[in-house]
Amino acid sequence: MTTQSFGKAIRRTEDDRLIRGHGSFTDDAGSAGLSLTMIRSPYANARILSIDVSEAWDVEGVQAVLTYNDLPGRLVEPLPLLIPHPSLVAPRTQYILAKEHVRYVGEAVVAIFATDRYVGEDAAERVIVEYEPREAVVGIDAALGPNLVHDDVPGNVAADHVEHVGNVDQALVGAPHVLELDLDMERSMGSSLEGRASHATWDRHSRKLRIQNATQTPTSVRFAVANILEIPDEQVEVFAIDVGGGFGTKVIHPWPEDILTAWGAIEYERPVKFTEDRVEHFISSSHERAQRHQIKVGFDDEGRILGLDVDFVHDNGAYTPYGMIAPLITATQLPGPYKLPNYRVRFRSVYTNTVQVTPYRGAARPHAVFSMERTIDRIAAFLDIDRAELRRRNFIQPDEFPYDLGMIFQDGRPAIYDSGNYPELLEKVLAMIDWDGFPERRSQTPSGRRRGIGVACYVEGTGLGPYEGGHVRVETGGKVQVSTGLASSGQGHHTVFAQIVADELGVPFEDVEVVTGDTRRFQYAVGTFASRAAVMSGNAVAEAARLVKEKAIQIAAEALEANPDDLEIVDAQVQVKGTPARGIPLAQVAVLANPLRYSFSEAARAATQFAGAGDLDEPPIKPGEDPGLEAAGWYSPVRATFASGAHAVEVEVDTATSEVEILRYCVVHDCGRLINPLIVEGQIHGGVAQGIAGALYEKMAYDEDGNLQNASFMDFLMPYCTEIPEVEIDHLETPSPLNPLGIKGAGEAGVIPVSAVIAAAVEDAEGFQINHMPLFPSELHEMRLMNAEVSE
Amino acid sequence: MNTEESYEIRLKVNGKTQQITAPARRLLSDALRGELGLTGTHVGCEHGVCGCCTVLVDGAPVRSCLTFAVAVQDREIRTVEGLAADGGELHPVQEAFKECHGLQCGFCTPGFLMTACALIEQNDDPTEEEITEAIAGNLCRCTGYQNIRAAVRYAAEIVRSDKT
Ligand code: FES
Ligand code: FES
Repeated sequence: MTTQSFGKAIRRTEDDRLIRGHGSFTDDAGSAGLSLTMIRSPYANARILSIDVSEAWDVEGVQAVLTYNDLPGRLVEPLPLLIPHPSLVAPRTQYILAKEHVRYVGEAVVAIFATDRYVGEDAAERVIVEYEPREAVVGIDAALGPNLVHDDVPGNVAADHVEHVGNVDQALVGAPHVLELDLDMERSMGSSLEGRASHATWDRHSRKLRIQNATQTPTSVRFAVANILEIPDEQVEVFAIDVGGGFGTKVIHPWPEDILTAWGAIEYERPVKFTEDRVEHFISSSHERAQRHQIKVGFDDEGRILGLDVDFVHDNGAYTPYGMIAPLITATQLPGPYKLPNYRVRFRSVYTNTVQVTPYRGAARPHAVFSMERTIDRIAAFLDIDRAELRRRNFIQPDEFPYDLGMIFQDGRPAIYDSGNYPELLEKVLAMIDWDGFPERRSQTPSGRRRGIGVACYVEGTGLGPYEGGHVRVETGGKVQVSTGLASSGQGHHTVFAQIVADELGVPFEDVEVVTGDTRRFQYAVGTFASRAAVMSGNAVAEAARLVKEKAIQIAAEALEANPDDLEIVDAQVQVKGTPARGIPLAQVAVLANPLRYSFSEAARAATQFAGAGDLDEPPIKPGEDPGLEAAGWYSPVRATFASGAHAVEVEVDTATSEVEILRYCVVHDCGRLINPLIVEGQIHGGVAQGIAGALYEKMAYDEDGNLQNASFMDFLMPYCTEIPEVEIDHLETPSPLNPLGIKGAGEAGVIPVSAVIAAAVEDAEGFQINHMPLFPSELHEMRLMNAEVSE
Repeated sequence: MNTEESYEIRLKVNGKTQQITAPARRLLSDALRGELGLTGTHVGCEHGVCGCCTVLVDGAPVRSCLTFAVAVQDREIRTVEGLAADGGELHPVQEAFKECHGLQCGFCTPGFLMTACALIEQNDDPTEEEITEAIAGNLCRCTGYQNIRAAVRYAAEIVRSDKT
């Protein structure tokens, strides 16, 4: 039997190149050519009075200096609205270069094409832009005030949306107890260590525009570029070879710089590269997470939730290229693993003069879980019931799947949980952290310290459609080439897709080579986001491998004069079941799959026309057949799969410095069947680290004029190894019934419940309510003072 | 308008001396990546905080984004490409990062590898504190550091077992 690789902690095939310094990131692409430098707005809200670029043209090495008025054709239009929605009443997207008005600090105003970035920045210093600043709208309070971000969007409201299940008003009136909570979260951002980047080359001989782009969705970048430049799709090739982290930011496209590099490459007939620097990543990519929630919950004496009413405001920044997906995810993921017979959620998505807000790993689920889990903890405190017990009482039970939430999910389809076992997740994590032994441990807390414990559960919609595809081709040399259209940015796709194909086809893992995110290899795809790649492309390449296997068996059956039903593929050989001596190597089947006139090798002679094979009354390729041992497979699910998990944390807070120290962090995670535990655990480690970052260290510090005051790694406190603890992980494997591999996504999970669980533990340590994240020592200190005053 | 003077700069990288022509303000990171085509050294912040651009100069980790190429003329520079011969056997730190899944996107990795290399070549039995201290100036957004620590630990172990 071929050694099974699905489920094994196989070391990654990606690594060899990367650890030798032979990766191929976008900025590594050819340096001969032009570099694009952008001049960005220093004002959050201003009218552009004049732009004088004349002196910049004189700098040696400058090819061109462009403002909005210089843009040709469709480049004058606003960038596309990627995801429209009926409730998004006032969508606005930015122009490639600002037209008359700038709406956030960092908005692109002038583009300079020069021989290198040094020259571009010299030229930038010579451009004079005159602005007429206006009052900036910064923060949710200001958004709800009189000043406007877009003159034609009253109240700054981009979207106003309500979803409901049951009858909340009635449930709240009838509930024995009602509590209200005000919860809010600050902004953070993806901060991939590689910024945005695009490198475009125009080959005027073959008339091809080749774009290497640091993107999560190359196929869509291709369609967008072709559309805006008004050239046929066929002339545009987009590929993302290595991408240095994406985290959601790089799913947004096309960026102004993507279009300008592509257009410039054709216009100037020279390669053009844009590489974002760190400041630009802070002020001109995307942020996420600022939301304010008002919650009303009704429950009975046992703590069972009878009705939940949530009203929240989402700060979407200056533009809405990704529609209202983020707040919609909060709305639909808020119920988590709990039964909410009566639930209403309303949100308003509002404009502010800040960087646009689009999904960042976790994609508005951290807020959803923070809201729900804080609510559960508050009920437990009110009734004086153990927090774990209160969760048990409200869980959806394992025999209640599929469980219909009664809402429409972010894929436009009903939110129906496919499978899960929430009570077991909780019990496992409680055992792991020794929940029951905590009082004992607390009694031993050293002086000057306060100890607390928390637990939080979540459900994450993953693996959503519309579809992905995969292609598998057996080469006559024996290698199996696999491609899928979505891109990779560290998830180990090359390894896990190879594992899947190796098992489905019956070949050694080492023989399989995978390419992702290259439109030259695979033209149709959606992209890498929403923990969907393994589920979508994984099942697609599995289907392609099954088709190839079927075909191989058909061809081999003829050659071996055997019944196809009696054949199997083992270790890359098609053979009569259990009789390895009667077999034919897959590589040879690949030769036979392609009837030849010209032989290219000894083995290939068997497929040539005088080799004597085949029925002379039939054509060499029969109707309905294709040459080559290859196939494309597709996977398009009726709806998303729902992964889940429970986190528990024990913390100690310093009574003098208010610093929070994590003593133990435990995760139990259920993403269905595990393809590669090593990679899944790596994803969880990274997710939890980003969660801790957002809970304790990171925020976007805007001043009232809309300047981002911490736009550097000196001031934005992205954690080093000194801040991140070891994470203990256990798995539960509840297969998804929705796909043949039984898998669910795992990429974003780690980050989702972290703010909720840390808030719970700190609240437990301090004895006062935690309603706001992140929690910096200075804020915790203030809270202590306030709470001391209140209790005096 | 061109007032900038260029210099002939001799750079000794991975044991090989090459001459480049560049202005005084040319950063070592840009010279390595641009003029010498050694794109394994990455630039994550350009302000000396992330550590992606770390190379070894005379054996000590240095941020190449804060170093002018002209300032390290004739010094011994080592980059990630110099850790192993092309297609040849991996350096213990490379081996360990692969074995321990110490990288995801791989963008921060060259900086961590060079930092870890400097550590274990001086001290093949570092304590947990010494490991933390060595890598505490490098950012990684993907891994949560757990496997990076494990990799550094394991790299030291490989070096020790190679010696016995
Ligand atoms: S690029 Fe040099 S430290 Fe970040
Ligand atoms: S592996 Fe991606 S930043 Fe470290």
